[in-house]
Amino acid sequence: MKSGSNLEKVLAAGHFAVTAECGPPRGADPEVVRRKAAYVKGNIDACNVTDNQTSVVRMSSIAGCMILKEMGIEPLLQMVVRDRNRIALQSDLLGASALGVRNLLCLSGDHQKFGDDPQAKNVFDIDSMQLIHLTKTMRDDGVFPSGQKLDGAPKFFIGCAVNPFADPFEIRVPRLKMKMQAGADFVQTQCIYNMEKFKVYMADAIRQGLHEKVKILAGVTPLKSAGMAKFMKKMVAGMDIPDAVIKRIADEPKEKQAEKGIEMCIELIQELKEMEGIAGVHVMAIEWEEKLNQIIGGAGLLPRPVVE
Amino acid sequence: MLKAFENGADGVMVVGCLEGDCHYLSGNIRAKARVKRVAGIVDKIGLGAGRIHMYNLSAGEGSKFAAYANEFVERIREMGPSPINVARLKEA
Amino acid sequence: MITGTPKPIEEILEMLEPYDKIIVAGCYGCVTVCRVGGEKEVQVLASTLRLAREAAGRKIAIKEISLERQCDPEYIEQMRAYVQDYQAVLSIACGAGIQFLAEKYTTTPLLPGINTGFLGVTERQGEWSERCQGCGDCVLHLTGGICPVTRCAKSLFHGPCGGSVQGHCEVSKDVPCGWQLIIDRLKALDQMDNYTKLKPYKGWNTSRDGGPRRIVREDMI
Repeated sequence: MKSGSNLEKVLAAGHFAVTAECGPPRGADPEVVRRKAAYVKGNIDACNVTDNQTSVVRMSSIAGCMILKEMGIEPLLQMVVRDRNRIALQSDLLGASALGVRNLLCLSGDHQKFGDDPQAKNVFDIDSMQLIHLTKTMRDDGVFPSGQKLDGAPKFFIGCAVNPFADPFEIRVPRLKMKMQAGADFVQTQCIYNMEKFKVYMADAIRQGLHEKVKILAGVTPLKSAGMAKFMKKMVAGMDIPDAVIKRIADEPKEKQAEKGIEMCIELIQELKEMEGIAGVHVMAIEWEEKLNQIIGGAGLLPRPVVE
Repeated sequence: MLKAFENGADGVMVVGCLEGDCHYLSGNIRAKARVKRVAGIVDKIGLGAGRIHMYNLSAGEGSKFAAYANEFVERIREMGPSPINVARLKEA
Repeated sequence: MITGTPKPIEEILEMLEPYDKIIVAGCYGCVTVCRVGGEKEVQVLASTLRLAREAAGRKIAIKEISLERQCDPEYIEQMRAYVQDYQAVLSIACGAGIQFLAEKYTTTPLLPGINTGFLGVTERQGEWSERCQGCGDCVLHLTGGICPVTRCAKSLFHGPCGGSVQGHCEVSKDVPCGWQLIIDRLKALDQMDNYTKLKPYKGWNTSRDGGPRRIVREDMI
């Protein structure tokens, strides 16, 4: 075991893993995290805690992880390279590991212009690919990237994000391979709606044997309404929602669209479960955590396995 | 153009060829952009953007030129003397 | 070249509030080429200031000059004979030139008339764009001649990020994605193996992060 995290154990035992995410609040109230986390508990193997997503200031990811941990939920720390230089990144990795956080997701982070502080200075000292490498170096070699010896190596199951749908498409699988080579143990994908395109991506990844070296968790987000689908397609960079998917939910009367969205999400998870190379799903029920049990249970993925 | 104001002009009329018919090809188009810039400057410093204007006409349009000149003079008369001349008058 | 944009006239007038006799100093270097600080701009700015101040009932006397370069001591020296006769110098050279003037004429207040921009190129008449951040460690041979530090909004060394859409950066549709440009170029050059190589962490110590920089060429001293 590289980290001994629950997620790592579940995947190593060959189970189809399930992760979800919790966005910390725009304030210091821990109850907001606890309320969301209560919906997550028991339904997943690890829960991502986002790091100032869309550059909007929120409670820190490490603090959110600790609140989850207190509740008996395994946290997955998201870390962006936008706000911290390599000194702060290393320090926070050591701190998170000391506090018992065992899963990490290395990200670039949205540009600060999207948040409330567009005048902020950005950092981007190293990029997300290099954060993967930095963490692996510390974990496996017991040294800082500077070469100095660590007084106790941090233990992380190292993850990263991939977007199989972003432009340019032809470098998407090579990027997965680069992240694997940099040291990623698992990846979580951008929300999948375009299965045709995702199948092309996976076929290429499997041809190169990448799925055997890195655990691929397929990202899904249930659509609440046709309006949300259209909004995401238009506003979120790299989000690929085919018109047929939008039509399917738009054909329902408004009051039945949410239920349809969940049904479509469950179908998608079931299809992904049968796909070669897919090791699990990452269910991003954005501000809809109360539906996690219905979705994950509906897909036949409950109860979650207990692996010692 | 700014020098003209400094030298005491209450208004500056700029005349160029018809667009597309300039002896210097795009000279009048570039002049137009410069007139716009100067209009912005004189407006910002309190002289009023209306004190400068560009007209386009051909060499054969003498009567039109006279009409434009009269129109412009009338416009500047309505605006009164430039604040520069008002200040100079006061000083004198 | 070093680019820049004029400061708003209101801001300059506010800076000049204490003064009645100044020098407006231009530069024949970069700022002349990007039309923000050359001889002609000195004339326009001086005229504007005289008009504004006279209209406001408080005349200002202005000496208009342009130096070959404000970043070289021998040209700056050309002002020494008369600079003490003026209350301040308003320079429309780049930040380097303005500071060098301030260093050489320590008893005269130096005021910036432009906001210095970036190291860039002329896209066309009236349009400039950034190309270099002077990071002190060039990698253009690995990236198809397109700089990831400058052309990527996040200065990524393994881009593009998830925000690249149809060749545009997530920051703005008007900004091309630097990594899309790099990839297109590497493909055209048949150098995609450069793309898939993991790059070492960049040493920012050769950039501004290492503190103010100095170049000493022994062979030229």
